[in-house]
Amino acid sequence: MPTIKSIEDLKKIREEALRKQEVKSASGQKQIIVGMGTCGIAAGARDTMKAILEKIENENLSGILVTQTGCIGICEMEPIVQVQIGDAPKITYGKVSKNIADRIIDEHILAGNIVKEHMINL
Amino acid sequence: MKELSLHLLDIAENSINAEASHIIISVEENSLDDILKMSVKDNGKGMTSEMAQRIMDPFITSRTTRKVGLGIPLLKAAAEMCNGFLHIESHPGSGTELIVQFQRSHIDRMPIGDLAGTILHLVVGSPVVHWTFIYKANDEIFEFDDQIIKQELNGIPLSEPIIISFIRNEISSGIKSLRLASDY
Repeated sequence: MPTIKSIEDLKKIREEALRKQEVKSASGQKQIIVGMGTCGIAAGARDTMKAILEKIENENLSGILVTQTGCIGICEMEPIVQVQIGDAPKITYGKVSKNIADRIIDEHILAGNIVKEHMINL
Repeated sequence: MKELSLHLLDIAENSINAEASHIIISVEENSLDDILKMSVKDNGKGMTSEMAQRIMDPFITSRTTRKVGLGIPLLKAAAEMCNGFLHIESHPGSGTELIVQFQRSHIDRMPIGDLAGTILHLVVGSPVVHWTFIYKANDEIFEFDDQIIKQELNGIPLSEPIIISFIRNEISSGIKSLRLASDY
C-alpha cells in the first residue's frame, strides 16, 4: 500500500507554500519548459532539469512553474529550455548545460534579461 | 542512453504524448531469478496490435518533427543484448503497456541509474498526469502514488521548492530502503 511519510508534514508544507504564494509577481507567471524528447534525454536534458529543480530548492525560489515537453524538431540543439514570463514571447535556449540553466534562472527569470548568447531562433 | 532510468523517462514521454491521465512505472529486481524487469503502463490512446509491432522499427514514429523514433528500438536492442526482451501490449482507446526484461547480472546490462531523479522529474514536470511508481526488490515493495500528495496540497504547484524537496525525499528514501546490496 502506498504510504506517505507524514500527512502532517504535507499539511505544514501546504500552509508554508500558501503563505509564499500570496506575494504575486507583477511581471506575470514564470514558466520554464524543458525538452524531454528522446533526443533531449540522450543529450542530457534530465541533468538540465535536475539542475533547475536543485537551484529552485537550494535557493528557495518560489513561483516558478517547471514543465516538460517533447521534441520540437531541432534535435541538434538539445537540451532545449524555453522560458515564458507572463504574456511575453517564449524564448528558446539551446545546448543548455547546468551552468547555462543557472544563468537562465539568475539572469532571465529573476532579473528579466534574456541570455542572448544562448538564445536560438526557431 | 547510458542508464535504464533514462529509457524509462523516454518511454514515459511516449505515454504522455498518448494523452494518458494515469501512468504506472514499475521496476522489479530479482537477484534469485537474476531478472530485471521494467514496465510502463498507461491509459492513453493505445494502438492496434499491428501498430504495436511496427513501432519496433526505428523508421516508424508518430513524431512529425523527424522521421525517426529511436527510443523503443534502442531499448529493445539493449534488452536483447542481455538475454532479455521487449514486449508491447496495446488496445485502441484503452492504453498501452510496455514491458522490458533483462538478465540482471549480464555484463552488458546498463545500470539503472538515477531512478529517484527520473520519477521526480516526471511527477513535477507533468503534474497533470497521475503517477504511480512501484519498485520491487526481491520480496519487498515500495509504492509511490502522487495522488495522496496532490490531494493534500490541493492546487499548490509541485515546482515549489519545499514540495520538490518533499517529493524527492519520499521517493529516494523509499527506494534506498529496498535497494539490493549488490546493486548498481
